[in-house]
Amino acid sequence: MHYYNEDDLERFGDIAKYQPHLFEKFMAWYQACQEEGALSRREKALIGLAVAVTVQCPYCIEAFTNSSLENGSNMEQMTEAMHLASAIRGGASLIHGIQSHNAHDKVSM
Amino acid sequence: MTTATIQIPRESTTRMAPSRRSFADHLDTGVLRSNEISTLQINVGKLCNQACKHCHVDASPTRTEIMGREVVDACLQVLEKNRIPTLDVTGGAPELIPDFRYLVTEARRIGAKVMVRHNLTVMHESGHEDLPEFFARNEVALVSSLPYFLAQQTDAQRGRGVFDKSISALRRLNDVGYGRQAHLTLDLVYNPVGAFLPPPQAAIEADFKHELSARYEIVFDNLFTITNMPIARFDEWLHRSGNAESYMRKLVAAFNPETVAGLMCRNLISVDWNGKLYDCDFNQMLDLPIESGRPQTIFDFEMAELENRHVTTAEHCFGCTAGAGSSCGGAVAGA
Repeated sequence: MHYYNEDDLERFGDIAKYQPHLFEKFMAWYQACQEEGALSRREKALIGLAVAVTVQCPYCIEAFTNSSLENGSNMEQMTEAMHLASAIRGGASLIHGIQSHNAHDKVSM
Repeated sequence: MTTATIQIPRESTTRMAPSRRSFADHLDTGVLRSNEISTLQINVGKLCNQACKHCHVDASPTRTEIMGREVVDACLQVLEKNRIPTLDVTGGAPELIPDFRYLVTEARRIGAKVMVRHNLTVMHESGHEDLPEFFARNEVALVSSLPYFLAQQTDAQRGRGVFDKSISALRRLNDVGYGRQAHLTLDLVYNPVGAFLPPPQAAIEADFKHELSARYEIVFDNLFTITNMPIARFDEWLHRSGNAESYMRKLVAAFNPETVAGLMCRNLISVDWNGKLYDCDFNQMLDLPIESGRPQTIFDFEMAELENRHVTTAEHCFGCTAGAGSSCGGAVAGA
């Protein structure tokens, strides 16, 4: 037994079994976000991949890896995007170290 | 549609199941009919100096099936008699058959436009070093595979060292005027290096132009994106790698009816090394014959009897209709 099932990616639509109008709104938003706009589809796919890795969603990681490849990105570019997202995440943790500094300074002589 | 997203339903909120409908079921009329024949595409054989992982011909240096003079002459006669505008020569590496230069010069003398699907590296083989000059002298339009502008991806698909040899060959072609002079066209072909669809053609062409120019000072005319066909050596790889089912599902899900009007099988006839006729090079490799009751070989070719024929289709045809579509000339519908 494991919690992630590869086939569930294609079952995403089953979420619409309950409150389908909410899923329809989500889908319209989700798809619109990925259309060519001020950013290219390739840029959006790389952003999606970076976010997917950050939120550690295996479905999203697979989907946006394929999406990035199908928009012409290579693994060097994709890896840079993943590093940036991960570095921001690491930085976000590290900057909370200042909270510790502050707490330390408050109680220390 | 070339934007790939999470594989969730695009048009409904019901579960997306693998389609059980045949290719013909996806067509408005249920059949695919050919139009006027504007291209005679001849596959002169399976002999090649490379053995690419995605090759739908299963071509390699060990193959011995090549077109002989009798079939070459029959092709030339058909070309001349019917005034077919374009001869499209493919293989294998077409340059390796003994009658290659005869075929090209005779076809040019007849007045046909000659396209050669040239793999770039063959000009490094002994006896073929002067191919750039030969091509230029005969104003052959070149269509050459370069799956990516980086070595890792290119070599992964086409073999170790192929990228460096290809770059060297492209420089030689540029030196004799290809990609620089209007009458010497040099088009490149992008194939995905794996089980995914090609990017939008215009976007990846811009990348190739920028990268090849900046890194190697190489110029070319157009980049064609071609989808890998789930047949032959690529199909074997799909099965070995566990991608066969999902790739087929991807092709079917990406069926784009706007591609049907531009499918290459509607305007060409494909000839194999033995002279047998097919609707396209892929059907040739699967030995799917032309509609019964029509001429079956180059020796009994009759233009009027081959036009408006019922094109033989099967599951692999989804490879030509996925996303922006795929043909020997690249995408066939707006990305």
